[in-house]
Amino acid sequence: MKALMFGWEFPPHILGGLGTASYGLTKGMNENGNMDITFVIPKPFGDEDKSFANIIGANCVPIAWRDVNWDYVDGRIGNIMNPQQYYDLRDHIYADFNYMRTNDLGCIEFSGKYPDNLIEEINNYSIVAGVIARTTPCDIIHSHDWLTYPAGIHAKQVTGKPLVIHVHATDFDRSRGNVNPTVFAIEKDGMNQADHIITVSNLTRQTVIEKYGIDPAKVTTVHNAVEPLSEELANMIVKKPKEKIVTFLGRITMQKGPEYFVEAATKVLQKKHNVRFVMAGSGDMMEKMISLAAKRDIADRFHFTGFLKGRQVYEMLKASDVYIMPSVSEPFGISPLEAMQMGVPSIISKQSGCAEILSNVIKIDYWDIDSMADAIYSIITYPAMYKQLRENGLEEIDTIQWKKAGAKVIDIYNKIINHSF
Amino acid sequence: MKSICFYFQIHQPFRLRTYRFTDIGNDHYYYDDFANDEIITRIAQRSYLPATETLKEMVKMYGSKFKVTFSITGTAMEQLEQYVPEFIDSLKELVATGCVDFLSETYAHSLASLIDPEEFKLQVVAHDEKIKQLFGITPKVFRNTELIYSDDIASMVYAMGFKGMITDGAKHILGWKSPNYLYSSASAPKLKLLLKNSKFSDDISFHFSNTEWREYPLTADKFASWINNLPQEEQIVNLFMNFEALGELQTKESGIFEFIKAIPRFAFENGISFITPAEAIAKLKPVGELVVPFPMSWADEARDTSAWLGNDLQNEAFEKLYSIAERVRLCSDRKIKQDWNYIQTSDHFYYMCTKHRNDGSVHSHYSPYETPYQAFTNYMNILSDFIVRVEEQYPLSIENEELNALLTTIRNQAHEIEALNKEVALMRNNILKEDKDEKAGTESAIKKPRKKKKTTE
Repeated sequence: MKALMFGWEFPPHILGGLGTASYGLTKGMNENGNMDITFVIPKPFGDEDKSFANIIGANCVPIAWRDVNWDYVDGRIGNIMNPQQYYDLRDHIYADFNYMRTNDLGCIEFSGKYPDNLIEEINNYSIVAGVIARTTPCDIIHSHDWLTYPAGIHAKQVTGKPLVIHVHATDFDRSRGNVNPTVFAIEKDGMNQADHIITVSNLTRQTVIEKYGIDPAKVTTVHNAVEPLSEELANMIVKKPKEKIVTFLGRITMQKGPEYFVEAATKVLQKKHNVRFVMAGSGDMMEKMISLAAKRDIADRFHFTGFLKGRQVYEMLKASDVYIMPSVSEPFGISPLEAMQMGVPSIISKQSGCAEILSNVIKIDYWDIDSMADAIYSIITYPAMYKQLRENGLEEIDTIQWKKAGAKVIDIYNKIINHSF
Repeated sequence: MKSICFYFQIHQPFRLRTYRFTDIGNDHYYYDDFANDEIITRIAQRSYLPATETLKEMVKMYGSKFKVTFSITGTAMEQLEQYVPEFIDSLKELVATGCVDFLSETYAHSLASLIDPEEFKLQVVAHDEKIKQLFGITPKVFRNTELIYSDDIASMVYAMGFKGMITDGAKHILGWKSPNYLYSSASAPKLKLLLKNSKFSDDISFHFSNTEWREYPLTADKFASWINNLPQEEQIVNLFMNFEALGELQTKESGIFEFIKAIPRFAFENGISFITPAEAIAKLKPVGELVVPFPMSWADEARDTSAWLGNDLQNEAFEKLYSIAERVRLCSDRKIKQDWNYIQTSDHFYYMCTKHRNDGSVHSHYSPYETPYQAFTNYMNILSDFIVRVEEQYPLSIENEELNALLTTIRNQAHEIEALNKEVALMRNNILKEDKDEKAGTESAIKKPRKKKKTTE
């Protein structure tokens, strides 16, 4: 089966969880065999893993005719895709886009990030999708998150093939209720036009049904999974301080509930002294949190690391005794799964999508700082608690595989194509 | 002639309140009074009370030919006395008919038999005293918590003077053998064993109202004929179940009370009688020995003790708890003794079970906690506070032996002081007598020896 996927991020150049999830899922689907996936992203860097999907960069797709020779194309974009593909795409330009700002290859430049003119970039992405859809034969179209819904819809109109949209988050999660009407309109349009909707948790599924008024029969949950750890990361050795370490790792924003973590830390420190708290990450609430910790008089035991990336994340986890994610609203949340892989007992809020599939973690309400403090105290005080969570967590995480999630998605494809929904 | 042996279990734990680590050392009250009251009152209204009324009617109808046996834990008796005293009264009326016997067990429904023989004995004694005090009956047959049994436990039970014990007819122990005979213990051959007939017991307590069950609806007629159709030589069918099976697990609307009420009629028609465990061990001869090297129970598929002591959480809590047992026994503080009993109840460990699938769903059904981890955290916080209190009585830096010696010295000194006091009193009397004799009995003379006494104290 041929699938044409539209995404926005792809490892190693990622800004959030969307890239990790798109990558894992695509790879997992490929492992099930018999899948031919074309994955479109706005701006590839050339170092993406191309072993399981044919990657097309939207910034390498001509929308205006330019008479360029093979060597020139190869020199410009050869590290990203085969020049032949450029010519194939060029044969399918469907309108005169010369009025648009294009470069020497007739392509539109993309930032591939979340710039101020995001809406314009989304629109451009959709124009490019028209060329790709005309060039690349497919049986099904799959759009990851709202940024790519317009592209998916366009591709569906061009090819007449069914469209699946994958909801990794909704604007209700991001804004805690203060929804941006433009974003909402794009999301709603995508959901209406889609033949089927995949959500990353039942929590998100409920949002889609209730807030966007979508028929429940059209929405299926496929929970995210996690990539197995590389040998190197699993066995790395990190210097550990004498004290116990409790870690919060993520963007320090309202959505992640960092203030509850500070309050819980205050409670634990009233009773325990051999423990340190770490808030790793950055975000618009960081300064507020620093002053809150100072106000609670725990600043000597409460540390901020700033933004961590790549290997640093795993080093931080390895040094931790407890991982905590008190998110106020989290469509899924892959990071507790990564903590469990590193053998770190985790505490997560019940308002996180991943709470639906994890059993060897402590689940609390994000606002319940008493329970949160109690759980932290228990893990760092009672050795059996630590051991049981760690060992059962490692065992459990081995069973949460992208291959299984991929199989579910393929199953959904088949049902759509056979009209058996 | 075949016999039916009915035994009903009544147990309720003292459920623990949400106890935060910040409470450790500050708050020594551990129980969720509201939940305990609510649960036992509900179960009593729906099950215990109407079921006892049903049994009373049956005794009225069939006279002393009908017999029934109860096993009530100390913690359940305390809660019933406190929250549903009318049930105790009702049960006393039933006992007065003479058709009721009681079994012995541990006071706290504890797992002490698996780790601490001394504690085990003390609890059995405490339980039997309580039964004697409430119902005037001294139990003769022993039933361990959750029917836990092993060769070691059998020896302990026999050494305590019991002639019979009840346990589960687990398949991995019985193999091809039938539970419908009397057996004896391999380690204590004079200890006779009655085994639960799981099939017939579960048919009543679990399958009765299940409309998808092949045998639905189950009638007393059919049930009695099943028993009658057992091989001629099989002597006894042990129907052991929780008392709340009548009315709570199988609701009143399912017709369970009418079913139970009709059993004796059809039993007698088929020539089946009723018997108590004590009568059974006196009357029947054991047909063979059972070897049980590892503890077994009546719980879950595995019929072992893994529901209570199957993971790291449970083992740590269990070992921590009994690590202070000896110390607690040295204490005399009544509140500590009481809490010690309540926190030993096996249910607290059951809530920490992490077994999944089929068994797991049963576990979560009975647990007041959302996860085993919560159960563990709460329990350990309470246990930490309890240990702090025990330490306050006697610091842990002193070895048990040393402490014991000191306590003995103190006790001996107390005896000595008592003896000396007696002597003083005697001497004072003698002085008084002398005073009288000498007829110099002025008031000042009487005062003097009194002062003397005070200084000796």
